[in-house]
Amino acid sequence: MAATNGHNGAGLLEKLGKLDSGKPPFGCMQCGLCAASCPLGPAMEYPPRKLILQAMAGNLDKLLTSPSLWMCVSCYACSKRCPRGIELAEELWPALRDAAMQAGHQPPAELQETFQNVFKYGNVLGKSPRQRLQWAKDLDVRVLDLSREPRPVDVLWLVGCYPSYYPRNQVVARAFARIMTELGVSWGILGTKEKAVGECDRMFGEEGLFETLVEQNRQMFDEQDFGKIVVLDPHAFRALQSFYPRFDAWYPVQHYTMFLEEYIEQLKPLMVKPVEAVVTYHDNCCVGRRCECYDPPRQLLELIPGVKLVEMSRNRDDSLCCGGGGGGMWLDAHIVANGGRRLSDERVQQAAAAGADTLAVSCPYESSRFEDAAKVTGLEGKLKVRDIIELLAESMDLGERSMA
Amino acid sequence: MNIVVVVRQVPDLIEPLEIVPSGDALDLDAASFILNESDDHALEQALLLKESGGGSVTVVAIDFGDVDNTLYTAAAKGADRIVKIACDGDTPPAARDSAAVYAEAIKPLRAELVLVGVQAHDELDGGLSPFLAAALELPYVGVIRGVKAGDAPGTVAACKEFPGAVMARMNVKLPAVLGILGADQPPRYVPVSRIRGAMKTTQFEESAATLAAGELLLSVSRLYPPAPATRAEMLSGSEEEIAGRIAEILAEKGLVK
Repeated sequence: MAATNGHNGAGLLEKLGKLDSGKPPFGCMQCGLCAASCPLGPAMEYPPRKLILQAMAGNLDKLLTSPSLWMCVSCYACSKRCPRGIELAEELWPALRDAAMQAGHQPPAELQETFQNVFKYGNVLGKSPRQRLQWAKDLDVRVLDLSREPRPVDVLWLVGCYPSYYPRNQVVARAFARIMTELGVSWGILGTKEKAVGECDRMFGEEGLFETLVEQNRQMFDEQDFGKIVVLDPHAFRALQSFYPRFDAWYPVQHYTMFLEEYIEQLKPLMVKPVEAVVTYHDNCCVGRRCECYDPPRQLLELIPGVKLVEMSRNRDDSLCCGGGGGGMWLDAHIVANGGRRLSDERVQQAAAAGADTLAVSCPYESSRFEDAAKVTGLEGKLKVRDIIELLAESMDLGERSMA
Repeated sequence: MNIVVVVRQVPDLIEPLEIVPSGDALDLDAASFILNESDDHALEQALLLKESGGGSVTVVAIDFGDVDNTLYTAAAKGADRIVKIACDGDTPPAARDSAAVYAEAIKPLRAELVLVGVQAHDELDGGLSPFLAAALELPYVGVIRGVKAGDAPGTVAACKEFPGAVMARMNVKLPAVLGILGADQPPRYVPVSRIRGAMKTTQFEESAATLAAGELLLSVSRLYPPAPATRAEMLSGSEEEIAGRIAEILAEKGLVK
């Protein structure tokens, strides 16, 4: 096993062989299904198969300095199809990125800024923590801030960074607050104390930052009395479901599509307004391919009178990633500069080809990614991008003025 | 080379700045603080010089704001020593008064090269770096955009940018103070695990220097947001009418005869 310049290759390989999942990555038989499944593989110097090959050969310096190290967008296609169940997306890539940063190699500049924002401000956008509740200003339903008024609730809702700060997603946050209130759910939020869950930091190898967030969040969660956590962000769902327990932080968590599915019978009579639209649903990678939760989002859309649901050619476990996962949200420039393409541009064209006039999403990253993609592919005005929450709220006549 | 870097905390402008009721200071409870950007470049430049030519980097800071996180980050990046100056007052004094304290802290360190950011957005009486050079009685060059080891021993080669994108490369005899505008590369990212490690292992040294208890050279009597001035006059009409009105205004103001 070759030692490498600047760090101990044998030590790294040993670390890689004992990853958290308990599945050593080196049972690889080089079948290449991972590389063939990877939507960015053709642009990578080291697509997944070659990545493992080089890691097995101890050629870590090549991997740690290659731009391809920062091109995986955690779509889980490789992990899903690997016949040996090797956890490339969740284990091998983050471990190599961590090793790269520990060896002094710099991640792409946009990602550095995001990491620093999370470390300093607790949110990916670099916004003031004190303004985290701006989304709820003048909202017409009561928002219980548990950090100021702690009391038992059924649902601790982690609003998330984008729905808290980003105007496009604030609309979705307000609609979800109205829906939960309409359903009579006992819910509360952490207000200005809420912090990023940290999935993208962990997936991009910032293990220390993720650990810091786990410690901070665990302390806040443990101060509250709640039945379960509900999140809008599928990445936060994945992190709380799978990565937090590694730090002995166990919390029952649901993505909002799973949560609302339990209220389908209650929702049915509340769908009072038709929404005339041909809708196709984009399966996000964390809730979809990784957790195989394909039906609840579709069942929710089918509740809405007027909605005609159609499927894209690539759906469910074959869904094409939006390209924003696990930190990819900040890496478009790096990926394109290194020969990759914006997956969201391709995805909106698939939606249009399916005959849809509305692309339904269930992830805060996707609204802006797909709306941008519609603009650059000539689909602006022809393809709307709506979160499932927005469509439900419209049919429930919950009065979001800017939602129409 | 024994390099000393001064790092300062400045108000973080992601928060709206608020003024205390007495009207002469920022409301520190409503403010948060970050590392001054050009000081971050000064630290990066020091680390690059150390990595290319050996030596040590000592970081000196007044104990104020979020300085501990800044200092742990500096240690994680590769700073060898961290020296803190106690701050009993609400805020560190303005540049000229601060320079005397930094100089007192730096003199015992026997620095060959002192690097400090050339600007900070809360400076009241000019840049710290030339005041510091004067207090240390050392030569000074400011607005530096990169430093390399010099051709001769005991020198460095500093790049200075002049207006019109004219760059000068000058050999600076050490010891000296350089006011850094930008390092040879952007400040490096250091993984948080390293910072967490530094939090466990880094020992801060307390400087014997103290902030002057006596009367300061500069104190703030009133702090206030810019008052709205007279509203702009919007001109309308044909091009000739607008041009004529502009000519009248210039004449009224005495700007043209």
